[in-house]
Amino acid sequence: MKMQGIQMDLISEEKLAEMAPVEKVRFIIDEVRSGKILVLEKGLTPEEEASLIEMTMTLIDPEGFSGIEMESYPSKDDTSIFGKLLKKHTVRTRLTVVGPADQLKTLKKDRNMISALLSSHK
Amino acid sequence: MGVIRVFKQNFSDFFKKLFRKKNARIGIYGPPNAGKTTLANRILRDWTGDAMGSVSHIAHETRRARRREGVTIKANGHSITLDIIDTPGLATKIDFHEFMEHGMEESEAKRRAKEATEGVIEAVKWLDNLDGVILVMDATEDPYTQVNVTVIGNMEARKLPLLIAANKIDLPESSPSTIRDAFPQHPMVAISALEGKNIDTLYEEIAKRFG
Repeated sequence: MKMQGIQMDLISEEKLAEMAPVEKVRFIIDEVRSGKILVLEKGLTPEEEASLIEMTMTLIDPEGFSGIEMESYPSKDDTSIFGKLLKKHTVRTRLTVVGPADQLKTLKKDRNMISALLSSHK
Repeated sequence: MGVIRVFKQNFSDFFKKLFRKKNARIGIYGPPNAGKTTLANRILRDWTGDAMGSVSHIAHETRRARRREGVTIKANGHSITLDIIDTPGLATKIDFHEFMEHGMEESEAKRRAKEATEGVIEAVKWLDNLDGVILVMDATEDPYTQVNVTVIGNMEARKLPLLIAANKIDLPESSPSTIRDAFPQHPMVAISALEGKNIDTLYEEIAKRFG
């Protein structure tokens, strides 16, 4: 019996860290347009999120692709000792879920939980 | 005598222009239908007697960023002059079918969707050219939307001032305290842009944050 369903890929921090910001955005868009749900272990920087929204808008097609559903937790300041020593203000990115807007719907979200509904019906 | 007076005036104008501080550019951001243009209209009507643009209950009514230069706001004995940019609603998805549910013809709905995508791109690009943001949130909705998270993250990454306007407190189901609890690190003012409720407090906060 052939199993039906939606492919979900869990992407490690290391895999995304190897990519340049533009590559990350392209990778995510390509995967999502092919119908996959991505769970990014460490998410994207706010600038990368803005780029992802921008690129999504350029690819919206009334006949096929209506956009993405993206959910991440609010970012946190880096409070590591190393960061404090360097007095460098960095933002710690957090887990992010991205999928096609017609297959992934966020039901509820708060500071520490994202509840989503997946649908295989377009 | 007249020549000297004209010369003095020109000399004075030249120095004023040379050393004039650039107005802070403040973007009004938020998800579609949060009340951004209603707030922009309120600010402009209060301080210039003019309006920014039309409003509608159908999402993405504002599909091009509008900029109004030199809006002077007076509060707390201070005066601050801003360039205000009313941006199209940010979104991660735009489906023309949603416009058809409001009675639009398919061709009109598709055209609106196309223009809306261009508006979102314009709003994202403006993020690189601002000195601060008023983020308008609908106080009747869940504040943890991705648009809110992304705008706040971008302002924090750029170390630019952000002021949250928890809008629509004229509606009984509004809950501005939920917004305050969600983003406690940023100042928030609960307002009704439509009725002008608490708007003076917003002006005081604008003068404090962006002055």
